[in-house]
Amino acid sequence: MSEARRREEIAPGDDLHPGDPVVIDRYTTDARVNHWLTAASLVLLALSGLALFHPSLYFLTALFGGGQLTRAIHPWLGVFLFVGYVGLFFRFWKVNLWTPTDGSWLAKLHEFLTGHEENMPEVGRYNFAQKTVFWFMGLFILVMIGTGLVIWDQYFGSWSTVEQKRIAVLIHSMCAIVMICIVIVHVYGALWARGTMTAMLKGRVTGGWAWRHHRKWLRELAADKADRGSTTPAE
Amino acid sequence: MFPPLPNPSTRPGPPRFGEQDLIRRSASEVTPPAVRQTAVAKLIDTSKCIGCKACQSACLEWNDLRDEVGVNTGVYENPHDLTPASLTLMRFSEWENPETLNLEWLIRKDGCMHCEDPGCLKACPAPGAIVQYSNGIVDFVHENCIGCGYCIKGCPFNIPRISKTDHTAYKCTLCSDRVAVGQGPACAKACPTQAIVFGTKDEMKQHAAGRIADLKSRGYDQAGLYDPPGVGGTHVMYVLHHADKPEIYSGLAKDPKISPLVDIWKGVSRWAGFAAVGAVAAISVVHSVVAGRSRVSRADEENAEQLVDRELAGRSVGPPRGSPGDGDGSREHAP
Repeated sequence: MSEARRREEIAPGDDLHPGDPVVIDRYTTDARVNHWLTAASLVLLALSGLALFHPSLYFLTALFGGGQLTRAIHPWLGVFLFVGYVGLFFRFWKVNLWTPTDGSWLAKLHEFLTGHEENMPEVGRYNFAQKTVFWFMGLFILVMIGTGLVIWDQYFGSWSTVEQKRIAVLIHSMCAIVMICIVIVHVYGALWARGTMTAMLKGRVTGGWAWRHHRKWLRELAADKADRGSTTPAE
Repeated sequence: MFPPLPNPSTRPGPPRFGEQDLIRRSASEVTPPAVRQTAVAKLIDTSKCIGCKACQSACLEWNDLRDEVGVNTGVYENPHDLTPASLTLMRFSEWENPETLNLEWLIRKDGCMHCEDPGCLKACPAPGAIVQYSNGIVDFVHENCIGCGYCIKGCPFNIPRISKTDHTAYKCTLCSDRVAVGQGPACAKACPTQAIVFGTKDEMKQHAAGRIADLKSRGYDQAGLYDPPGVGGTHVMYVLHHADKPEIYSGLAKDPKISPLVDIWKGVSRWAGFAAVGAVAAISVVHSVVAGRSRVSRADEENAEQLVDRELAGRSVGPPRGSPGDGDGSREHAP
């Protein structure tokens, strides 16, 4: 195995601390702050957007100080989300690239869903499903910011025709629904696999968690540690 | 000539219509009143219009609106488009009649058409920001308006404008405040040639029929009434000398109807959207019940420790115990 090959699943800031249990730094403080600010803006966007999507949810505008403020804040939250996701994208795009393992992982998706992860191929920092969430969120956020600017009447009202705005608002609402679905899957996945929330809350996971869910990543981390440990005494 | 509305009594009285006469209210359900009021309408006879803009002035005056002073670009329209202050606008077009080779000056007073099937109201997300009275008047209620601009997308005539000052939408009210006390709209009152008349919708149709017969007798074979059925008819109607070509009147829509995009957006997309979100949430719940949670076992931790120890002790040891698929107990799925 070449050095380059071994390290491709490791993101900047990942580190392994031997012990009982093995502790691994999965997300840096910066990455977690970035993630939670993005997540918060997405939740607020969903609430304010749904308020204007259906009259039965209009009461949600009260959370934002009324209809006028909801209308005014929503696009700015969108800009905030976009910037936040750009940050996450540049942090993690490399470890979300497609690898051949993803194909064989997908072929055994039923094993994963029925809880037989031991029959799955070893995966790196992210499995196929996580990568799908990553890329699709990015894609949909691009569509959302694009269509959102078209219907941001306050500043861009004169930039497009009414017909273009109609198309944009329809795409915007449909993609929002898909995004909410992706978020539900994302949150459910994090809750379903125990020990995952600590990754994003405290930045750390245990070695057993990595062994179970991301063994290829664990191997690379251990090998990387050994490489670096060869010049300095192991702790 | 249609008799102008007599001046009503100056003694105060109850308004002739109000909340109890709503047949539609944006983003809310209303119980339609048992008795509908007589439908009213404004009839604009383009063949009698002289383009004096008295209607525009009267509209500004009555509604106490002042538009910004603009610039002259060599056309008669002033301002250049409808604005939050200019709720009505004379649009001028010069059209060469291919049959007679005459240059015809077509002047159309543009503004809200007060559709029987109002796209603005159907698109509006704010409860009670747009209302429709049983007499046909479609009105904006500014304290409920959130300034989102959805009404603009719903409107087949491109009428509403959002104010940059108070961030609410504006359009012609058909002088609902004047009609409520028995007066006609300010524009109709001011029109010096009676090109604008106001009354019940039936009266207006009748009056229009007479006007159209007169126009036809003078060579306008295609003269007709513009009361487009695609929006259920309108409570502002035009008499056009060329009713077969409404588009020559500064782009008056030939067959206006609420855009199918708006129908999808306000119709099936809502239910499909809720169904999709509900389905994904339900699948998650079912999955958690059926598959249980994925837990990390003590054996997983030990395996990880051994892997790390081996790597740190010496790099070239063979494959670690528990390579994928060998099914040792360490990766057993916890219940």
